[in-house]
Amino acid sequence: MATLTEARADAERRERRRTLTPGRITAWVAMIVFLVLTLFPFYWMLRTALSTTRSLPSNPGSLLPVDFTWGAFQRVLGLSSQAQAIAEGGSGASVNFWLYLRNSVFYAGAVTIGQVFFCAMAAYAFARLRWPGRNVVFGIFLGALLVPPIFTSLPNFILVKNLGLLNTLPGMILPTFLMTPFAIFFLRQFFLGISREIEESAALDGAGPWRTFFRIILPMSTAPVTTLAILTFIQTWNDYFWPLLVGNSEQTKVLTVALGVFRSQTPAGSPDWAGLMAATLVAAAPVLLLFFAFARRIIDSIGYSGVK
Amino acid sequence: MFIAPALLGFVVFYLYPTIRGFYFSMTQYNILGTPKWIGFDNFARIGKDPLFWNALWVTIEYVALNIGFQTVIALVLAVLMQRLTKSTVLRGALLLPWLISNVIAAMVWFWLLDYQIGLVNQFLEWTGLSRIAFFGDEFWAIPTVAFVNVWRHMGYTALLVFAGLQTIPRYVYEAASIDGSSEWSSFWRMTLPLLRPVLAMILVITVTGSFQVFDTVAVTTRGGPVNVTRVIQYYIYQKGFAEGQFGYASALSVVLFLILAVMAALQLRLLRAGESDLA
Repeated sequence: MATLTEARADAERRERRRTLTPGRITAWVAMIVFLVLTLFPFYWMLRTALSTTRSLPSNPGSLLPVDFTWGAFQRVLGLSSQAQAIAEGGSGASVNFWLYLRNSVFYAGAVTIGQVFFCAMAAYAFARLRWPGRNVVFGIFLGALLVPPIFTSLPNFILVKNLGLLNTLPGMILPTFLMTPFAIFFLRQFFLGISREIEESAALDGAGPWRTFFRIILPMSTAPVTTLAILTFIQTWNDYFWPLLVGNSEQTKVLTVALGVFRSQTPAGSPDWAGLMAATLVAAAPVLLLFFAFARRIIDSIGYSGVK
Repeated sequence: MFIAPALLGFVVFYLYPTIRGFYFSMTQYNILGTPKWIGFDNFARIGKDPLFWNALWVTIEYVALNIGFQTVIALVLAVLMQRLTKSTVLRGALLLPWLISNVIAAMVWFWLLDYQIGLVNQFLEWTGLSRIAFFGDEFWAIPTVAFVNVWRHMGYTALLVFAGLQTIPRYVYEAASIDGSSEWSSFWRMTLPLLRPVLAMILVITVTGSFQVFDTVAVTTRGGPVNVTRVIQYYIYQKGFAEGQFGYASALSVVLFLILAVMAALQLRLLRAGESDLA
């Protein structure tokens, strides 16, 4: 019966797909408008990044790069000489792009590794191990989801400062290195779904909880663990507020914080738009590459993580 | 043993700062000195602080614009996706703005909306309208900031709604079409009511996030022109870090915390998030 209705529904859908009613045409047009609105700014970043800043005002509406050059990218990556940079409309000031990139990679990378690993351990304890007060502690952890980040940011800033870790990478990493309530909650859901029988047979073979965790639970959960790692990495890479508070020195700036500064370097009254757009593209590149590599996994995880 | 690192992280970086945040809000504290207990004085001051009320008003204006447009657009997009295509490529494309940081999204629109040579103003002039200083005009600044964040989040929110749409069984629609219900009326009478629990959760998450808008403002307008984009979180940041009034900033963040808690409770109650009409 179920298959029959499904077959009929399939047939109906195929039929609907073939007939282009005015309603469907309108729907497609609307969809395309949204798509263009979504994607066009990305094209415009590229178009501007490949232009020469000095020439931009003369042809601001051109859909193609104005006075095509790779100069902006070279400028951002520190590959062009000062004279060349100024000639193209850059500021000539040296931008420690590679340092910021390294900081971003380190910040996002360390937070991701620590958070995912320690939260996996905690999630396992909440999902499987029996210990007194387990559910109470879990409830309190979930309560932390309700506290807005700004609220803990201020005291955490003081804490990091008192620890003498202000403007150091460890100071930036620490607060989210050991746990976030979301990560524990996310992984616990998956661990709860793993069949107990496998663990029980492992226990019969004499495997303790550590062995079970590393040899059975983790290998069986590579998909959710990877998904969480990717989401954590993207989110941390895009962090702005916290790194601005505790990592605003030249040595510890991450890309987002540095970009804010780049904007205010304004030679001749207007920003170096080509350089700025090249910088944003390069700063976004790692996350975009990560996305293209794992697109399906990220997309599928969104309904899950956001709603359930 | 397994829980130890997470427990340490929780106590040191969540529990302790939460308690300390309430304590700081009752003190006079500039970052260099030591906190001095002053009871509820900070809160009394907030009540009389015109800049706070301005910040609150501006933030509410922003949240209303941002959430209003974002939710409607996401709903439309999600229904379009469900009706037209299940293509992963398309969903991926819609998700792209969400992947880049607020800072980058703000930069790109700052450039597109530039008064002199931004493309949008070129277009406005070409159509015979007058140029708009989007980020610099007192009327347009907040709608512009809201727009940038709608742009960044609409695809993501649409995917959340889309996931919710998948939970509505097909027989509901089939029954509706057999009864001769048009697509339009089945959207209003079936889809929307059945989607209510999902929408309620999405709203709680997006409204809470939206109240904490900071990045876009910090990168583009820095609270200006005059005070029209000085949203609460930016005001807290200025008080605490630019002016060093840490106790006062903490009190402001307590107020924000309470507002968010009340908002979340209200939304969950009004939208009866826990119940589903499907049962």
